[in-house]
Amino acid sequence: MPEIRVTPLGAGQDVGRSCILVSIGGKNVMLDCGMHMGFNDDRRFPDFSYITRNGRLTDFLDCVIISHFHLDHCGALPYFSEMVGYDGPIYMTHPTQAICPILLEDYRKIAVDKKGEANFFTSQMIKDCMKKVVAVHLHQTVQVDDELEIKAYYAGHVLGAAMFQIKVGSESVVYTGDYNMTPDRHLGAAWIDKCRPNLLITESTYATTIRDSKRCRERDFLKKVHEAVERGGKVLIPVFALGRAQELCILLETFWERMNLKAPIYFSTGLTEKANHYYKLFITWTNQKIRKTFVQRNMFEFKHIKAFDRAFADNPGPMVIMPGYCVQGTVGHKILSGQRKLEMEGRQVLEVKMQVEYMSFSAHADAKGIMQLVGQAEPESVLLVHGEAKKMEFLKQKIEQEFRVSCYMPANGETVTLPTSPSIPVGISLGLLKREMAQGLLPDAKKPRLLHGTLIMKDSNFRLVSSEQALKELGLAEHQLRFTCRVHLHDPRKEQETAMRVYSHLKSVLKEHCVQHLPDGSVTVESILIQAAAHSEDPGTKVLLVSWTYQDEELGSHLTSLLKKGLPQAAS
Amino acid sequence: MAAHLKKRVYEEFTKVVQQQQEEIATKKLRLTKPSKSAALHIDLCKATSPADALQYLLQFARKPVEAESVEGVVRILLEHYYKENDPSVRLKIASLLGLLSKTAGFSPDCIMDDAINILQNEKSHQVLAQLLDTLLAIGTKLPENQAIQMRLVDVACKHLTDTSHGVRNKCLQLLGNLGSLEKSVTKDGEGLAVRDVQKIIGDYFSDQDPRVRTAAIKAMLQLHERGLKLHQTIYNQACKLLSDDYEQVRSAAVQLIWVVSQLYPESIVPIPSSNEEIRLVDDAFGKICHMVSDGSWVVRVQAAKLLRKRTAHERAKELYSSGEFSSGRKWGDDAPKEEIDTGAVNLIESGACGAFVHGLEDEMYEVRIAAVEALCMLAQSSPSFAEKCLDFLVDMFNDEIEEVRLQSIHTMRKISNNITLREDQLDTVLAVLEDSSRDIREALHELLCCTNVSTKEGIHLALVELLKNLTKYPTDRDSIWKCLKFLGSRHPTLVLPLVPELLSTHPFFDTAEPDMDDPAYIAVLVLIFNAAKTCPTMPALFSDHTFRHYAYLRDSLSHLVPALRLPGRKLVSSAVSANITPHEDPSHQFLQQSLERVYSLQHLDPQGTQELLELTIRDLQRLGELQSELAGVADFSATYLRCQLLLIKALQEKLWNVAAPLYLKQSDLASAAAKQIMEETYKMEFMYSGVENKQVVIIHHMRLQAKALQLIVTARTTRGVDPLFGMCEKFLQEVDFFQRCFIADLPHLQDSFVDKLLDLMPRLMTSKPVEVVKIVQTMLRQSTFLHLPLPEQIHKASATIIEPAGESDNPLRFTSGLVVALDVDATLEHVQDPQSTVKVQVLYPDGQAQMIHPKPADFRNPGPGRHRLITQVYLSHTAWTEPCQVEVRLLLAYNSNSRIPKSPWIEGGEVSSQVETSIEGTIPFSKSVKVYIMPKPARR
Repeated sequence: MPEIRVTPLGAGQDVGRSCILVSIGGKNVMLDCGMHMGFNDDRRFPDFSYITRNGRLTDFLDCVIISHFHLDHCGALPYFSEMVGYDGPIYMTHPTQAICPILLEDYRKIAVDKKGEANFFTSQMIKDCMKKVVAVHLHQTVQVDDELEIKAYYAGHVLGAAMFQIKVGSESVVYTGDYNMTPDRHLGAAWIDKCRPNLLITESTYATTIRDSKRCRERDFLKKVHEAVERGGKVLIPVFALGRAQELCILLETFWERMNLKAPIYFSTGLTEKANHYYKLFITWTNQKIRKTFVQRNMFEFKHIKAFDRAFADNPGPMVIMPGYCVQGTVGHKILSGQRKLEMEGRQVLEVKMQVEYMSFSAHADAKGIMQLVGQAEPESVLLVHGEAKKMEFLKQKIEQEFRVSCYMPANGETVTLPTSPSIPVGISLGLLKREMAQGLLPDAKKPRLLHGTLIMKDSNFRLVSSEQALKELGLAEHQLRFTCRVHLHDPRKEQETAMRVYSHLKSVLKEHCVQHLPDGSVTVESILIQAAAHSEDPGTKVLLVSWTYQDEELGSHLTSLLKKGLPQAAS
Repeated sequence: MAAHLKKRVYEEFTKVVQQQQEEIATKKLRLTKPSKSAALHIDLCKATSPADALQYLLQFARKPVEAESVEGVVRILLEHYYKENDPSVRLKIASLLGLLSKTAGFSPDCIMDDAINILQNEKSHQVLAQLLDTLLAIGTKLPENQAIQMRLVDVACKHLTDTSHGVRNKCLQLLGNLGSLEKSVTKDGEGLAVRDVQKIIGDYFSDQDPRVRTAAIKAMLQLHERGLKLHQTIYNQACKLLSDDYEQVRSAAVQLIWVVSQLYPESIVPIPSSNEEIRLVDDAFGKICHMVSDGSWVVRVQAAKLLRKRTAHERAKELYSSGEFSSGRKWGDDAPKEEIDTGAVNLIESGACGAFVHGLEDEMYEVRIAAVEALCMLAQSSPSFAEKCLDFLVDMFNDEIEEVRLQSIHTMRKISNNITLREDQLDTVLAVLEDSSRDIREALHELLCCTNVSTKEGIHLALVELLKNLTKYPTDRDSIWKCLKFLGSRHPTLVLPLVPELLSTHPFFDTAEPDMDDPAYIAVLVLIFNAAKTCPTMPALFSDHTFRHYAYLRDSLSHLVPALRLPGRKLVSSAVSANITPHEDPSHQFLQQSLERVYSLQHLDPQGTQELLELTIRDLQRLGELQSELAGVADFSATYLRCQLLLIKALQEKLWNVAAPLYLKQSDLASAAAKQIMEETYKMEFMYSGVENKQVVIIHHMRLQAKALQLIVTARTTRGVDPLFGMCEKFLQEVDFFQRCFIADLPHLQDSFVDKLLDLMPRLMTSKPVEVVKIVQTMLRQSTFLHLPLPEQIHKASATIIEPAGESDNPLRFTSGLVVALDVDATLEHVQDPQSTVKVQVLYPDGQAQMIHPKPADFRNPGPGRHRLITQVYLSHTAWTEPCQVEVRLLLAYNSNSRIPKSPWIEGGEVSSQVETSIEGTIPFSKSVKVYIMPKPARR
């Protein structure tokens, strides 16, 4: 029984270090290769020894697919490919390929330079790892090998985020990575066609949330910033994820433009600045508005937003600063978590006089969005990853209820086996098809039709051809298979007369067929031969010899049963 | 021909039109008939290759064919069709057959047999499809002929099993357009069983080709459009198609579902997976809402558009509380506490909003706009829904695409009668006042004009924001003042407690007198004075200088400051409260009376008449200035009276008493009068909106009089008879034209100039020019002054050029021979169809005038009766030695023929279309603005 097996090494009932193994049609694919933010020990990377204890991973994996550039989806890649050892292809989209090394380098710097970790991957390893990457376009079908093909779909979330369809034969799996079903200021919504995969592996970060209108959020955010700036205050906006920073930049930039504001906006992370070059470049990956207007002006060419220099901090007047992510233990983190008094070095105590607001601009699909995607793709079953177990449980129920498909939520290391019944395509020769078509009406989807032909299986390739062609192709001589049958008839008359009676009887019964009486006294129905002979022992009984070839089996057996019933009494 | 015409008229006057028509028709026929089919035949015979033949056919198709020669051409084409082997040529012939059968005046039943005949022998699928198309053309041409329709339907059914999707498509289209349900057709009972067209089409809902499925749905919709009642069973079939793989199928299916839901709103359908039942219309609504989150944006736009057509949103509410989406509620309930988003729960509860939120947040702005429009439609019909959708609409003010923002502001304005803004909503709305787009700001001012505010803080906030806007964008001044005027008059009680603060008065101390020229201060005063109109206690709070400022503003900005009943002062002018109907309104009465007086004095001595007319014209003009709502009527009447005055004056000239050619100089005066009357009548006809037919008659009559005046003046001043002959001829034609156009109104013109003239028409036709002139002259002098009925609503078209302002001293420099783009921004009031009538004129100092036709997209429509022209004008000239001013102004182009009801003679011909597009003349209707430009010589 063919089956699809899925084992999450990370992100099973958890958020972080996404890494999912999929076996489909005899191919092994690894989806994402992320790190975990919460751990600093071995647990931060997926346990690759699960795949193989000894021997190179290359032998066990056909390909690795990276959905987008966030570290929890690609952070373990250099470790995996260079330190554990993998030389096979790694697939990702062009923007991911461009931005991924920037993030990896940044991550390495923090781990090695700041935290002083040893035995971590090096810059050279990142470079080597990136050399193994094969970039794909949206909706481009990439043949990994003869059987395995993958295809990327737009996923929103961040620039270059993609959902991947993995297909072997007629079996397929769709892995969503992280995605967003509501468009934002710089990205469009995830979209997939009705590809009806056997399995849809979807993230479920917001399995229980239905978000309110993004417009409210944006409006509140802008209003707060605007008010603060108008009062002459300074605004600090720490942004965690790359991509969200761009989103807020666009939001602020357009607002500044619309409202004709003059206060300067700064962002401080070099990371954002570097990534921004690529945002300017990959316009096709953005939303309708940016795509349509970039000819007049590329929206990522910010007019009001500049890079921050520490020296600006004491500048008088209003300004907006985006300092980037506030790592645990930093002053920023303390303020965000609500401390009102800060102890500085040298026992100095500072009172926090700023207002602190928290706002979510996350770009994950909410419950409604997940359901919407499931509805769009129409999978046979769904598998949830990248979320909390409790919430997954809830969504699982909902999906099973609404779509009547089975839904799984394996934990890390737990394997889900999914039996499949793949349909096997068989090629039919045109000649055979036409010949069969000529015999009857048009094909009707509702009625099965009987068709004679020969199935040739040649290295996992199925063809249906006519028997003559099959013989010719295989160089075999044709053997005739004839069935003969003797039917005893009680008839005292002469053989010729019996034959004559058989002829007239059959002629009257089988109106659709060609019944002939041959001069040698035998009767033919199509190609079936009937000969009458006297019984050697009992002259009152005549033996009818019926002989037909294998091809006429249907008619032949019909004929014998007909004859066995006996002839009608002659009227004369 | 003219002589001929004259004779005809003499014999039997009323038949002129018909006679002429015949004549023209026969003439045309003779000219064209012989060549067409023969030439085609020769061409086609000459053709050596299919490509050649195709070329000939293409050439042939470019020329029109007259109804009479169609049949001949069709025969030739068919003949070649039979001979032709190349399918592409056959295809072209088939398409030509279809085109030809559409020719007006040709009855295609004769070619149907042939068409069906060739259809049976045709092998090529493409040609088959084209032939079916031809049959469709034939069938639609003969809607009454049941037998033919039946036959065509039969043919279509036969080819429905074709393997090509194109053929099946066309068959379904044919069925949709021609198939009928009426069983009564087969009374002959010839076994021609009436096919159940719906069943047949319905079977193709499950065709393997998506294009055919789409065609089947479209055919079904076509049946519906033709008035056949669709079966309810289709609903279920259509619902299945909603989950089709192809977007065009889904898009069509959504439409079909909407149609069926309107046909059977009250039928009950079961909800799958529960034993509940709901009304079909609710179920359909749910399904359409669901499609707003479809994967394809084409479908989403379609679904959002259909939502707009819904009228009763209450159905939606029921649906959501009972049906499908209630699951969304449970999510909220099950989720951990902090996950519950109040907004989220809210939006699910508020019914249709679920679908709308999707639509409003869609990636494609097309969908968003459609959703905003849908919201608007629903909100207009239901106040409770309007309340609910307000939040979403307000949020749309922050959309990233300006078009969407603008659309949502307009929408809000349309529903503002139903809503009162909360303070926080007002806050969001007001935030948009800082938008850098002028369109947005003005739309917002417009919105604020008709917004209800609930608290005094709200009013204060609005005022503060508007003043902020004023300082940021001073050009918005007028718009803001106007906005505050309405804001004040709508909320007198809310403004009252704010007055001391706004005027910064102090109970004990006198405060400094504010600067009277400060636009912000004027803005505050406008708000207060308008509120004070219906709040008599307010003036008590004013300080002395406020009263002085009132008097000043009342005079200088009378359109913004109403008349107030102030203590210790006489009322400046009669206060008009809004609830008095126009007829009781004293100023309106005054207008009526002064006009009556003029009309009643028919036989006063000339001197007296003139004086009275002059007096009345002056009165009317002043009235128009004082009462803006009567300005249109007053102006219109005054113009008419001025025409009359000019006419009388011209007829009073001494020249009439003196021997003809001696007083050339004086005749100048009369002919100038004639010219001016003509101009004025054109203005009356085209510069006012709301002019009805009865006024048009009078205006044309006046123009005819002017023409008569012109005739007699020229007759007196020119020597020789020859030019006069042509003029008389022309004049009589004009009279004839007048009669034809206004034949229905002639009874109202008793005793008028034209009435008398028509009485004498037979005589005029045979008279010599000199005699004609004499008769016309006496008529003109005897004619009475016609009463101009006042139209209900009349407004004078006006335009103000905002930009260029004409104040700049810096010339616009550019290299001669190249162009410079000048931004023109103007507001147009009460212009009908500005896209085709408003032109920009540039006058260069050398007298060269250039007329520019702005693009239709340059016009915006910010409110009823108002338009905004924002366009670019390209200037160019040869090099000048020094900068000089060019004048820019707006013109109203007119064409008197387009207004006249089309006579059958013009109809259908190419003549009319030509006439309509041409411009007969132009009326300048804006002040001209001077622009300083300097074309420099090109540097080598």
